[in-house]
Amino acid sequence: MSILQVRDLTLRFGGLEVISRLSLEVDAGGLVSLIGPNGAGKTSVFNCLTGFYRANSGDIAFNGASILKLKPHRITRMGMARTFQNLRLFKNMTVLENVMSGMHCRTRAGALGAILRNPAQRAEEAEIQRVADECLDFVGILEHRDRLAKNLPYGDQRRVEWARALATRPKLLLLDEPAAGLNYDEKERLMGLIRRIRRELNITIFLIEHDMGLVMRISEKVIVIDYGKKIAEGDCTTIQNDPKVIEAYLGKEEE
Amino acid sequence: MAEPFPTPASVMKRSGVAALEERLFSFFDNRRRRYSAYAILILVSLAIPAVGDNYVLEILANSFFYIVLCLGLNVVVGYAGLLDLGYAAFFAVGAYTTGILTSHYGWNFWLTIPAAVAFSILAGVIIGGPTLRLRSDYLAIVTLGFGEITRIVARNLKDITGGASGLIGINRPSLFGLELYQIHHYYYAFFVMVILAVFVSYRLQHSRLGRAWQYVREDEDAAEAMGIDRVAIKLYAYITGAVFAGVAGCFFAAKMTAISPETFQFMQSATILMAVVMGGMGKIPGMVLGALALVLFPEVFREIGSMRMLVFGLVLVLLMIFRPQGMWPERKN
Repeated sequence: MSILQVRDLTLRFGGLEVISRLSLEVDAGGLVSLIGPNGAGKTSVFNCLTGFYRANSGDIAFNGASILKLKPHRITRMGMARTFQNLRLFKNMTVLENVMSGMHCRTRAGALGAILRNPAQRAEEAEIQRVADECLDFVGILEHRDRLAKNLPYGDQRRVEWARALATRPKLLLLDEPAAGLNYDEKERLMGLIRRIRRELNITIFLIEHDMGLVMRISEKVIVIDYGKKIAEGDCTTIQNDPKVIEAYLGKEEE
Repeated sequence: MAEPFPTPASVMKRSGVAALEERLFSFFDNRRRRYSAYAILILVSLAIPAVGDNYVLEILANSFFYIVLCLGLNVVVGYAGLLDLGYAAFFAVGAYTTGILTSHYGWNFWLTIPAAVAFSILAGVIIGGPTLRLRSDYLAIVTLGFGEITRIVARNLKDITGGASGLIGINRPSLFGLELYQIHHYYYAFFVMVILAVFVSYRLQHSRLGRAWQYVREDEDAAEAMGIDRVAIKLYAYITGAVFAGVAGCFFAAKMTAISPETFQFMQSATILMAVVMGGMGKIPGMVLGALALVLFPEVFREIGSMRMLVFGLVLVLLMIFRPQGMWPERKN
């Protein structure tokens, strides 16, 4: 069964067609990668899926329900979380507070609860903190919980973003270039983490990545787009031998 | 948390004022010391009417009033990061609600407070609903416009608001049979209001809602991606700020017994905003400092006459150059 179904998605910025009639499916529990040359429209696809861009036509179904016209926060609440290509942490807040933001859409205390601190509000705060700690522990940076996010090294800041996304308790996790800027060791650990997210938390993963070694090692399905169009789809070996993919990445051999 | 490799800049910053601040913070990190400090502050404030003359009480009551307004605007500007240039409009809503209901309809003062809260919320929704979709600069312009509209409406609705000459003869409130008419009555009334406002601000800041405001202030898009409805959260901040100003407005009307549209000019909004920025946005003690400085400075320098506003302006400029974060220090982590 597919958790995400995109049909004929088209996105235009003025006269420029960024995504044209793109269709794709992500199976529940699967690990799918979206690759393509620079400027192919990968991040635009993610922005459409998460509601940051409104597609011009086509449809996006998440768990069977259309999310095409929903605002980003509604989509997150439905169980789709994302990370950003360039880190978008709340820099001047602590690591813990960053991760607590993920629980916002799963909790409900308002102004009155905040002022009175009634038992329901206190229980909720404790739960938010417990889940945030759990997520921090899962990505392995629990010891940094009280530091300001901006004071962490880059690799750890990435992990704060993953923990924050996990704290929204997603069913589907979109990772936009999770390995960008990581060194070899960190990439190895990232792969381990992605596997654990699938196995232990049962979360489907859809990622954009430029590191082909990483993509080929962990993906079950790879989708290749170029100029906003899908040019290939399949398992890693199929993709590696597809002439269209080779052409898109390396150019055509002159006759 | 100490930085593992102190950079030259951070070493330099540790000197002088910064070192003093750090020592102050670590001194008050102890909970008992902090609560003792609060207790002393409260006791001193309660004792002042026994020794101070009417002039001192008048000035301090006025400062208390501005502390409440600053704390309210701080929710909007400091916590949620929204630039609001029309805050006096909400203060006007509270003052006029009390004024109209007591003088035209003979309501009891205390009953006008919930009414003022309701009208403030309504005004917050009407003004905030359409405008909070806008970002930063646009929001500032629109709030400026709404602030002026509110004042002009108050001036032109002659039959209800008394027009340009305003409302006079607003009933004095009474409490357990004691009519509040002397300055020390209002001193205490405003002091209670300050305590309440500080308490509510603190609780809000350290809650799910307070964090959401901060998320939206830090990065709207990331907040939205985390499942936070940014428009609703901003509206919440706007309404909270409106309620603070509305309640403060009720007491203002009761103390002055007369209000006119000219009290709620743009200068009023700008002045409150200035105190918020001067004190240090987002920090409760900063609001107390900012409001005190705003009211006390012109009084202390009364001798130098018309020069004092010039000096005040100069001090402000210098403050913003050398201490853009405001008077109250930022807590380092």
